[in-house]
Amino acid sequence: MIYEVFRQERKGQAFQHAGSIEAPDERFAEWYAREQYGRRGESTALWVVRRDAILPIEEFVDELNRNYHRVDGYPLKEKLKEARERAGTAAPRDR
Amino acid sequence: MSERAQLLLEIADDELILGWRDSEWTGIAPFLEEDVAFSSIAQNEIGHARALYELAARELGTTADELAFDRKPEEYRCSALVELRLPEWERTIARHVLYEQADAERLGRLKASDDAELAGLAAKIDREEVYHRLHAEMWAERLQDEPRYQAALEELQPLVDRRNGGSPELTALWEEMTSVRRSQPAGTTW
Repeated sequence: MIYEVFRQERKGQAFQHAGSIEAPDERFAEWYAREQYGRRGESTALWVVRRDAILPIEEFVDELNRNYHRVDGYPLKEKLKEARERAGTAAPRDR
Repeated sequence: MSERAQLLLEIADDELILGWRDSEWTGIAPFLEEDVAFSSIAQNEIGHARALYELAARELGTTADELAFDRKPEEYRCSALVELRLPEWERTIARHVLYEQADAERLGRLKASDDAELAGLAAKIDREEVYHRLHAEMWAERLQDEPRYQAALEELQPLVDRRNGGSPELTALWEEMTSVRRSQPAGTTW
């Protein structure tokens, strides 16, 4: 059984993936996780999760290219440049 | 030698020799996680030995290193259980289980001792041994129906309280364990 281990370095911080361990059951997983990711005071807490309990999502379909859903959906640079040219003003840094 | 020093040496020798034997699994344990875990237990035991030797050394006017490595094989007081080289995992686990049981009882007695120094050290050691006992119990549960493990328990049980010193197993281990130190040219320090 593979377990994924997440560790929190300091209280209040987000947990980050630390690595994975192989263990026959949860108790062994706890022991091995403590040993490998908590023994040197490097973690304030661990999350040990069976790998098959994780729901992986890896494909992100965007058939219609709806880029307005993305934060980078509106490239403003070009539009701004054109607008400035029409108005006859230069970009702030050029002034 | 006082009774106290004798007792300290007895426990320290147990921990040193067991730590040494357990460390023989480093690199060849059944799987990688267990390799790390068991090596760490071995290291803890040697750490306990060091603390116990230091306590004895203060009383005897010597050093932990001298007590650990400069005595003759027949002067060691460790249990016959820890001396054996056990290249079989089920026998190693059987020893681990038997040792942790005996050690828990011993630490329990020491923690209740009137000797504050001894009781304090025992409490400190016991806080690490809790994890060793958990580890031993988990393995015992996994192997309990395995005939080879049962046979190993029966084979090793009588050795727990046997303390001979100078057995062939211990002598062979001692040769290995002290060879670097004995090869040290006179007048040099590491």
